[in-house]
Amino acid sequence: MDDELAQIFDECRELVEDTDFPAVRRWLAANPDGKVLGHFQVYFPEELAHAAGMLPIKILGGPSSLQIRQADARFAAFVCSIIRSSLELALTDKVDFLSLFVTHPICDAARHSCGVWARNLPDLPCQILYLPHNVRSAYARDYLEGEYRRIAGIIEDVTGRPVTDEALRASIEVFNENRRLLRELYRIKRETPWLVSCVEAYLLTRTGALMPREEHSNLLRRALPLLQAREAKPQDKIRVVFEGGFCEQPPLEMLSVIQDACYVVDDDLMIGLRWLVEDVPADGDPFAALAEAYIERSSYSPVQRDPEKPKEEMLIRRIREANAEAAIVAAAKMCEPGLEEQVAYSRALDEAEIPHLVMEFEEKTNVFEQVRMEVETFAESLLFEFA
Amino acid sequence: MTPKDGAAPHAELIGATRTESRRLMEQWWQNLEAAENEGRPVANVFVMGSLAEILATFDIPMSFPEITSLQTAVRGKSMDYLTAAEDYGYSPDICGYVKVDVGVHLKGREHPNGKLPKPSLVVSPNTCNTYIKWSEIWERIYGCPVFVLDLPGWRGTAAAGMTLEDFERDRAYVEGQLRELIALCEQVTGTPFDIDRLREVMGEVNELSELYQQVLAENRHHPAPFDAMLEGLNFMGIANAYRGVPEGTEFLRIALAELRERVRLGMGAIPEEKYRLLLIGTACYSHFRRFLELFHGWGGVFVHSEYMSFGGGGIDRGIAYDLDRPIESLAEQILSSSGKCFSGIFFSQDWQADIVGGWDIDGICYHGIKSCRTVSTGLPDTREWQMREHDIPGLFIQSDLVDARLWSDAQMKNRVDAFFEALASRKAQARR
Ligand code: SF4
Ligand code: SF4
Repeated sequence: MDDELAQIFDECRELVEDTDFPAVRRWLAANPDGKVLGHFQVYFPEELAHAAGMLPIKILGGPSSLQIRQADARFAAFVCSIIRSSLELALTDKVDFLSLFVTHPICDAARHSCGVWARNLPDLPCQILYLPHNVRSAYARDYLEGEYRRIAGIIEDVTGRPVTDEALRASIEVFNENRRLLRELYRIKRETPWLVSCVEAYLLTRTGALMPREEHSNLLRRALPLLQAREAKPQDKIRVVFEGGFCEQPPLEMLSVIQDACYVVDDDLMIGLRWLVEDVPADGDPFAALAEAYIERSSYSPVQRDPEKPKEEMLIRRIREANAEAAIVAAAKMCEPGLEEQVAYSRALDEAEIPHLVMEFEEKTNVFEQVRMEVETFAESLLFEFA
Repeated sequence: MTPKDGAAPHAELIGATRTESRRLMEQWWQNLEAAENEGRPVANVFVMGSLAEILATFDIPMSFPEITSLQTAVRGKSMDYLTAAEDYGYSPDICGYVKVDVGVHLKGREHPNGKLPKPSLVVSPNTCNTYIKWSEIWERIYGCPVFVLDLPGWRGTAAAGMTLEDFERDRAYVEGQLRELIALCEQVTGTPFDIDRLREVMGEVNELSELYQQVLAENRHHPAPFDAMLEGLNFMGIANAYRGVPEGTEFLRIALAELRERVRLGMGAIPEEKYRLLLIGTACYSHFRRFLELFHGWGGVFVHSEYMSFGGGGIDRGIAYDLDRPIESLAEQILSSSGKCFSGIFFSQDWQADIVGGWDIDGICYHGIKSCRTVSTGLPDTREWQMREHDIPGLFIQSDLVDARLWSDAQMKNRVDAFFEALASRKAQARR
């Protein structure tokens, strides 16, 4: 049993670290006139692409092995790494299969990068899907439904296939199923963290961004029972929530350093794939259902203001609901929204007397001694305190 | 050219603008302090979408934290506030304006120009994402209502661009939000909305925009009568702080009269104009004089800047409010000026090329602000695009608005000097 799991994780790791996107190229080989949509972080309604037979994949930078040679000259100094490495993928033809690129108004760098992509890739339509910043306006939902219809219109232009209500409902069901399986994975992580490590759960989640969603659900349906049946004993490790993985992703090695010292019982890693926290209702108008779900059935992040979901309160709720004892509050280097939220989080956690470790990371870091030392001292201080 | 009747005699025209702008900026501060002392609500707003049209209708004084932050830098005091915010926990890599403002609030709102008022309302457009995060800081400190005005911006490139239907949907969303903001202002002030007062304010903005465009156009002359990175900053500041009220419109009339007098006298912004420049980015307030010196020393003058567009509130492309349907037209005009002037800066290479043609410009200076991604992220890419597509020479330099640690004099001087040497040889070849 364990060797089948080991094989699954090896395959997932290869996929996550391979900047040639093999799963996408396999799909294109099987669907010669298939089209691929690349979407930047954080959330994109992938059902809109799927309903037109288009393959939606996430453009989210590269592993530390990706050398950035051309992209750096395009950007000013204080720009985060995921913006640079994502453009590097495009400039070095690693994502030459894209027929449409979509980013979002999550931050000023992401909005700017749409202009940089468009100037450098004149044949690739580059779009910004303007998710609402005033979600509590009575006019926000109708606006967002219209914005989804606008993007669906562009997808129809690119694919030559209509995004019908019927096709969209079917796609919603495919993604509802995938999100259910991811919630099950996270339930195992929360309740029995000794059965699945932080890195293993992360690999199983992130591969969803790189392959057809039906394939990913099959992978999860295979892996979850194997995890449940694993023979592993709980260790004396502190339970922590990792916060700060909503956009630029921390390197795998950093997650493994953390899991050596703690159980990561919940996190916001790849939250874009888990943004909708419940099923999107299948009845009624599917565009309206997706827009309503974005606002009313969703998680939280530093790049989406919602006065009804103050982020520090949502973090404390995530910690309580995961029965965690502490938090690691991380932010990507040069990430304005992440670094600003870090201050609000640590002030609120101080007030709630929840121990926490504040740190910065970069997707391309490959030196981890300092992180290991910080995490180990933090974990030991808590063990001693709770002992 | 005889002065129009009633216009000040020649001698008094020169220098009248600076005197008036100093008076108005002092009065602006006095109004803020008076409102605070008398317990009247003050709104924190931002230059890229202040919604002065609605706030002036309710007589709510506007505090511009971007302006109060830059004022500390011009007085050489920004680092005290900035380091206070970093000691509190803010990263060295985030927006300098935010940290200076946080520092002022941490120090009991004691600002070099006076006592900064407490916000009773925040109006934050989405034209800079940091505006929203900044607003959330005041929301946590003061519990004041934060109204985010969502202006869906530039959507990028696609075969089928934005349709009229798409624009109307955005407009309806903005109109709905404006009505929600009006209801919030009624609640905060306890006074009912007066649509005729709104028409009056919007009429003033129509004129302000017309005058602002004429002011910019005066710099088409050789030599240019003002420098966009010196006098231009005063024009922007007053156009923001006095948007929609008579003193603002009257100020631009005074400025226009002085500029025309300078043109008549052949009086340039600098003694001997040799190079006409466009600035993309913003000023550097921590080394304000030094920055200009590096360029003026070579006879380089900034005849135009994108900063006078987005930093002036987006009135430079013309505003045509239809006073018969004020709220609908306010939504429409704010949305389209935001699309051109605010989110348009991410893809403004064509606008830049038009300005280079229209103002007879020799080169573009791309001044990146390290801690401001909104303005800086894609500048090197745009510079390279202009050189490749239009053979327009460009200089890329980086410093900061208020963080003195991010200014390196030697590097700036070397790059600026090399740029002018290249421009000089280009001019020499052109003459041959
Ligand atoms: S890491 Fe932060 S700054 Fe960079 S693209 Fe993501 S949200 Fe924007
Ligand atoms: S990020 Fe730039 S535009 Fe936004 S508030 Fe800071 S200085 Fe102003």
